Amino acid sequence: MESLEQIITRAKAAVPGASLEIVPNGSPSAQHSVLVDNEHAVAVGTFLRDDPQLRLDYASNVTGVDWLDTVLERKTKVKRTIDGVEREIEETVKTTRPGYLEVVYHLYSMALKQGPLILRLRTANRAEEAVVPSLTPIWRGAEFQEREAYDLYGIVFKGHPDLRRILMWEGFKDYPMRKDYTEPDDYEYEPTAHDEVLEKAKAHQAANEEYS
Amino acid sequence: MDEGLRSELRKQGILTTTLEELYNWGRKNSVWPLGFGLACCAIEMIATSMARWDLARFGAEVFRPSPRQADLMIVAGTVTKKMAPQVVRLYNQMPEPKYVIAMGACAISGGPFKQGYNVLKGIDRYIPVDVHIPGCPPRPEALLHAFMTLQRQIDEQALTGAARPRHLHADAPSEFNVPEYGAHDLEPSSNAEVWRPPSVGEEGALAKTA
Repeated sequence: MESLEQIITRAKAAVPGASLEIVPNGSPSAQHSVLVDNEHAVAVGTFLRDDPQLRLDYASNVTGVDWLDTVLERKTKVKRTIDGVEREIEETVKTTRPGYLEVVYHLYSMALKQGPLILRLRTANRAEEAVVPSLTPIWRGAEFQEREAYDLYGIVFKGHPDLRRILMWEGFKDYPMRKDYTEPDDYEYEPTAHDEVLEKAKAHQAANEEYS
Repeated sequence: MDEGLRSELRKQGILTTTLEELYNWGRKNSVWPLGFGLACCAIEMIATSMARWDLARFGAEVFRPSPRQADLMIVAGTVTKKMAPQVVRLYNQMPEPKYVIAMGACAISGGPFKQGYNVLKGIDRYIPVDVHIPGCPPRPEALLHAFMTLQRQIDEQALTGAARPRHLHADAPSEFNVPEYGAHDLEPSSNAEVWRPPSVGEEGALAKTA
């Protein structure tokens, strides 16, 4: 398969206005991925599937990722005058990067036996605008996996033919795979509790004493 | 009847029994399980019923596809919170006398999924369980042992008196509350008439009984 740079160049030519950038993977696998803007994602996806040199006709895997708000610390050297002497002082600048949800697609080509190409989509934030375009119209196999990402992460896929919860029941309000999810407190009986579970079990101890 | 006299009569070719013994003997040797499985434990349950372990030796080979014809519910596998109401409803649809074997770590406590958001921490929170089997999954021998334990329990049931089994009590409940899907969890999270959390910990039940 071509390099990611080549693919991005050709995709930009095929879909004018699309913004694609490489998200580098620093691990030894060096499996870099491509971040696509939401507006042009469907057009880019169609290009990747139909382009004769790529023919990425198989979406093997759709995953959700939750990124919380993170505080980035950056150290800079600043010149300040202290007691009449100019000195260079290190200062830490804190910037908050707002959190977002991410969907990762692993694309392969059955026809040309190549892949994977890893595609990422990002939502604007983690609350009300957690919307990305659905790629199910391009890869039908993504349907249930997008439903799963909707169920567990609360990512809304615009254009999905049948967006319902798939694992949890209708009427369930939470998104269990989000990092700030708190599970229901049903730790009434913990025979070998330790650490976090022990703390939760202790809260029930007093109530349990009545029956013992 | 005196046990010595009874065995003496037996040597002479005279069999004596009581109605209670005969009734329990009949019941314990014809326990029909409900044919349903929830996870990998079900595979062991199926293996138990096949030629190698042969559950038929104990009169329990007739797995019924309908709860109306079953006497025994083997809860074989992980009970997810989505599945729990259906399991309780199946139990409610079984006729008395009915028994429950909770098979495997998941069915008795939630097992390796205990700290997840979606798995019930033991089916005994909603329905009365007669025999618990640990194991992940338990071997067929363990299920056979549980089955023999259940047979012993049935054999020892007195048909009259205060300790008589539930199906001979007009007032004892045979149906239990089916939990409903809530916004965050099943509601209620346990049936108070079936299950009360035992006290554990340093000042808990272990210290008190000692």
